Amino acid sequence: MIEVLSYDFMVRALIIGALVSLCAALLGVVLVLKRYSMIGDGLSHVGFGALAVAAAANLAPLAVAVPVVIISAFLLLRLSKNSKIKGDAAIAVISSTALAVGVIVASVSGLNTDLNTYLFGSILATTKADTVLCIVLAVVVIVVFFVFYNKIFAVTFDEDFSKASGVRPALYNMIIALLTALTIVIGMRIMGTLLISALIIFPALSSMKLCKSFKSVIIVSGVLSIICFVSGLILSYYLDIPTGPAVVLFNCAVFIVFYIISSIKARL
Amino acid sequence: MSYIICKKLKMGYEGKVVFENLSFAVNKGDYLCIVGENGSGKSTLMKGLLGLISPISGSIEYGEGLEKKYIGYLPQQSDIQSDFPGSVFEVVLSGTLNRRKIPFYSKEQKSIALNNMEKVGISGLKKKSFQELSGGQQQRVLLARALCATSKLIILDEPISGLDPLASQDLYDLVSELNKEGITVVMVSHDITSAVYHASHILHLSSDGFFYGSTHRYMHSSYGEKFLITDCPCDDCRHSKGGIRL
Ligand SMILES: Nc1ncnc2c1ncn2[C@@H]1O[C@H](COP(=O)(O)OP(=O)(O)OP(=O)(O)O)[C@@H](O)[C@H]1O
Ligand SMILES: [Mg+2]
Repeated sequence: MIEVLSYDFMVRALIIGALVSLCAALLGVVLVLKRYSMIGDGLSHVGFGALAVAAAANLAPLAVAVPVVIISAFLLLRLSKNSKIKGDAAIAVISSTALAVGVIVASVSGLNTDLNTYLFGSILATTKADTVLCIVLAVVVIVVFFVFYNKIFAVTFDEDFSKASGVRPALYNMIIALLTALTIVIGMRIMGTLLISALIIFPALSSMKLCKSFKSVIIVSGVLSIICFVSGLILSYYLDIPTGPAVVLFNCAVFIVFYIISSIKARL
Repeated sequence: MSYIICKKLKMGYEGKVVFENLSFAVNKGDYLCIVGENGSGKSTLMKGLLGLISPISGSIEYGEGLEKKYIGYLPQQSDIQSDFPGSVFEVVLSGTLNRRKIPFYSKEQKSIALNNMEKVGISGLKKKSFQELSGGQQQRVLLARALCATSKLIILDEPISGLDPLASQDLYDLVSELNKEGITVVMVSHDITSAVYHASHILHLSSDGFFYGSTHRYMHSSYGEKFLITDCPCDDCRHSKGGIRL
């Protein structure tokens, strides 16, 4: 463990990864319960497209990706609400288009070697600025969940009722979408385009297997997510395997264990 | 002045009209029952009254100091996620959100929640998870939540669906009690017989028009006569042995 931390990039990966995992897990509970979990997947693909374009045009990656992904987040939120267009199909269309654009831009501009990094992530891809940004994001997410907990609960459980009570669900949906967009853009460089959405979905699903109250679901998701990330990171270091997939497999293992425990409990 | 006045209301979804030209009022102290066949737009109207969807044309006005923070709402059960991992207490407490704007629940809000859980007979379920309850139990939890939000008007969309006969009777008693205490009631129901027994006014929506008026007038209208086999329960009629005095 000490040895692992003797590398700067490992320390950065640990801080960024753990914080991103925490944010993704908290936001994930809301997204999964509101049936918006595919938004995470869609946004990561859009993020990939934006990063590829930024790299090809020699622009600062975050300066391009952050606004593009935020705008897409609001758009996807709208789409998944609109009953005329099938929300999930619309998300799939947008995300595969963005992925296609990204791959073509990357290959035309000769970024093929970076493609792998973008798609599957790399712990070497982070910078000091990312670390700062990530700490700020995590603080904002935690404060939002702490201060607005009751409203987030109300909006997640029953949007109509909360609106009738004078809570503004559209506002909270926008806040959640905005924070999700930021979490994904920052997290996808470690976890990769194709795997970041696992951080949003798995912890929420696992904790819902065993927890009975909204509060416990949120807390357990956050803790689980951090544990899985740290375990995955350490494992990937010692076995010399990619970090993102190792983290996802840890999450999957936890889900299976929780699933088994809950079925055993149901039978008792 | 009334609590709610609807004038020439036309509502629908994405250009498709569900009903139009609907005018009626909800006055302070009324017990209004809304009846009508499936798909006639009862739930749509409730959402309109609550400001959840806006009318295509016409107007819905609040009066006499009625504001959102005084209104409780029980949505139709099909609109609720029955697999939600929240405790019963968390759900009921969320009904008090319209009372205060600060981030955390006060002692007072907690005691309001406990009180209303008592009223609908779910005190024993406080720590249970909402998703583990039966449909009828979930309905009671949502009713307790609605009661928490109510101080002037309660809007109930098919409150007795899923309740056993005893629980339905309890619900009617509870709502009548509230009405006597001065709470105005708007209730959607398919149980027309009970509706005319309890309500002071009836709004009947149907595909070819609507009826709005006192229960007594409803009983003797072409709408009421089609559906009802009971006699008009109002005092005037009982005393005059079915004599019609409109
Ligand atoms: N979200 C929606 N989008 C589009 N159309 C809708 C929506 N909700 C309801 N409708 C349509 O509006 C009409 C009225 O629906 P509504 O739910 O108001 O009926 P209802 O009178 O409450 O019926 P029920 O007795 O079955 O509860 C129906 O034809 C329905 O198909
Ligand atoms: Mg309805």
